[in-house]
Amino acid sequence: MTEGLQGPAPEERPQPSGRRNAQGIRIDPEMEAVHDPRRTTLSALVQNEPGVLAKISGLVSRRQFNIESLTVGTTTNPETSRVTLVIEEPEPGIRQVEKQLEKLVNVISVRELGDDAIRRELVVLKVHGEEPDKVNAITDMYGGETLDAGPRTITVQITGDEQKIDDAIDAFRQFGIRELARTGQTALARGEEWTTHAEEERYERTQVRQ
Amino acid sequence: MSEGQQTPQTGEPEDAEPETVEATEASERPVTSGAESVARALERTGVETLFGVQGGAIMPVYDALYDSPLDHVTMAHEQGAAHAADAFGIVSGEPGICLATSGPGATNLVTGLADASMDSDPLVALTGQVPSAMVGTDAFQETDTTGVTNPVTKENYFAGDVDSVGDTVGEAFALADAGRQGPTLVDLPKDITTGPTESEPAAGTAPETYDPPERADDEAVETAASVLAHADKPVILAGGGVIKGEACDELREFATEYGIPVVTTMPAVGAFPEGHDLAMEMAGMHGTGYANMAITHCDAMFAVGTRFDDRLTGGVETFAPGAEIIHADIDAAEISKNIAADYPLLGEASVVIEQVHEAMADERAADMAATGERFQEWVEQCQQWQTDYPMDYPMDEDGPLKPQFVVETVDTATDDDTIVTTGVGQHQMWAVQYWTYTEPRTWVSSHGLGTMGYGLPSAIGARFAADDDQSVVCFDGDGSFLMTLQELAVAVREDLDITVFILNNEAVGMVRQWQDSFHGGRRMASEYPWVPDFAALAEAFGARGFRMEGHDEVADVVEDALAYDGPSVVDAFIDPTEDVYPMVPSGGSNGQFVLAEEQL
Repeated sequence: MTEGLQGPAPEERPQPSGRRNAQGIRIDPEMEAVHDPRRTTLSALVQNEPGVLAKISGLVSRRQFNIESLTVGTTTNPETSRVTLVIEEPEPGIRQVEKQLEKLVNVISVRELGDDAIRRELVVLKVHGEEPDKVNAITDMYGGETLDAGPRTITVQITGDEQKIDDAIDAFRQFGIRELARTGQTALARGEEWTTHAEEERYERTQVRQ
Repeated sequence: MSEGQQTPQTGEPEDAEPETVEATEASERPVTSGAESVARALERTGVETLFGVQGGAIMPVYDALYDSPLDHVTMAHEQGAAHAADAFGIVSGEPGICLATSGPGATNLVTGLADASMDSDPLVALTGQVPSAMVGTDAFQETDTTGVTNPVTKENYFAGDVDSVGDTVGEAFALADAGRQGPTLVDLPKDITTGPTESEPAAGTAPETYDPPERADDEAVETAASVLAHADKPVILAGGGVIKGEACDELREFATEYGIPVVTTMPAVGAFPEGHDLAMEMAGMHGTGYANMAITHCDAMFAVGTRFDDRLTGGVETFAPGAEIIHADIDAAEISKNIAADYPLLGEASVVIEQVHEAMADERAADMAATGERFQEWVEQCQQWQTDYPMDYPMDEDGPLKPQFVVETVDTATDDDTIVTTGVGQHQMWAVQYWTYTEPRTWVSSHGLGTMGYGLPSAIGARFAADDDQSVVCFDGDGSFLMTLQELAVAVREDLDITVFILNNEAVGMVRQWQDSFHGGRRMASEYPWVPDFAALAEAFGARGFRMEGHDEVADVVEDALAYDGPSVVDAFIDPTEDVYPMVPSGGSNGQFVLAEEQL
């Protein structure tokens, strides 16, 4: 006959000091670092293959990443597309999104864009047409364009950064917005900076070919 | 009886022999169809055994395999094919290959793919698909296979071009094996496999966008080595990546040179020889007390190839709270996913361990001109914990049969290189706790996904990958065994020497244990009022059946079952009240593991 498991019970054991937060980061209990979510833009250069978008959206969904918008479009190279994601996550979450995206086989490179990046979005707004002059004035004010004007509705487009689009939508509310469609944000790094790290090399390769 | 089962088998080798001879010539024949290109791509992988189930949309591929020298094992169910191929991959280190038809064939693979995905097991699945023109029409046996398997594969492919379908299969194989291993899938529409092509598949290479790191940054290595060298209580946490990355020798040399205790995760069992002075064995929910004390109280942790699964860490708030974490991994996404890495090292396990090994030599020489004595006090503390918390179970010789005793007896009766496969549940924990694993690739189990039913099909796959003189045993539970027992027909048909020990407690024991501990003993849907007579069932399949009930008959039955040259099933009627301890309650601190229910 053997005894079975033995040894000091849990409460009799020494306990180490210190702890980690929910992200597994070691913390000083006195001054716990709080990671507030922050909104940021990631740009991903991806292979232009069927299923790529499904793979990216599947990843975002199954890992519960908090995503504000996702846009896709081809680039100068027909083999690649650019995906722009706006996400809102605490710092460790942003790094996870970046690395998980990078891990997808069809994703060539991913980068978080800096604050100075050029970000643009387009909105198409359809408002009631009773006051065409006023609608026109607001459209001009936001540098927009009238796309369609009829006796009952007027449709305009505005482009700009997120804040400008938000403001424009607010301004058009007075006419009664029937419908609107936003594209979500698309973006490029500013100036000579490359948007993602793989692009310079790829650009040079195409130059050589030409 | 064993004589009876010989009859269906005798016909097979006669059929098989001329086929093999013909096949060798066939592989030199030029490719004429997509399916032949697929078969040629499979031949080029060097893996000689395929596991699969026939069906409508995959038939052209099977037709091409008719002329191929590859061996095909027809499994009873596609899930079995996936698990068998998965185990083949674990034991051999090369991706296992499984085949299934479209629709239900493909969806039946999903559990196996998810299992391989969670455990980073190298696996390639080929699925038939309805002809391209019918895709999207809800055709007979159509399923969006790439859609369904997307979250559970490393990458999947819809083969849309007959001239490159062989290349795609080659790429899928290479990718499953490259970097962090994992499952890949190629969906093969019937018009692509039947379509004409003369295209010989290229040698498979992983896509250029997949570029796993090899060598960690030297500066980061030096910093990490310095942290380890100056630690007082360092621990190495070896993860499954140490085995997958063939880094066990490097690990052993590193740990023994500096005298650093080694804790393993469950997939890493066998990476470092249990019984070694520095072996703390497995940590986590049902890990050893000493492993859990060591990882809780260490001040520096060198974690290699682990994803810090919640069953390992317990609550992250209390995981190694005083430790600086050096995390080496081939997958950047694992760095700081669950536990923040203070010193991340990206690279192959074997390379990074060697880098740290060398860097630490410099660091220690400069710092203290010391010998391996520096960590002596800490090692003694760890060994003291081994003395304080021995792995033991209460047993009365005349009392009910203890499952741990069965595991120990089989371990004693077999060689060190014996491969153990398991299902999932209490039996799995006893099999990992009470068997002494000394070699890598001898422990084959479902870790991350926790797939009941994994044991028997994985034993079949392991048998094909194992050396002829290596034994394969499977510890299973009665609940687990009932999930995939149809694969016994395959074991008999293929005359496989495997021995299944069913630790039968007439319950889904782990669920029953949790109900007793956390649900006030309300045993809902966990106890079986009746289970089949497994020994008789085995005989009906044409395998040998055995039973054991008392401690005094265990040794003899084990000997007889192991001695039988073919599949055998031992129904061990174990103490139904036996629970698995030590245990770290879900989300608790590893250092606060409990030794009995009363401590919960």
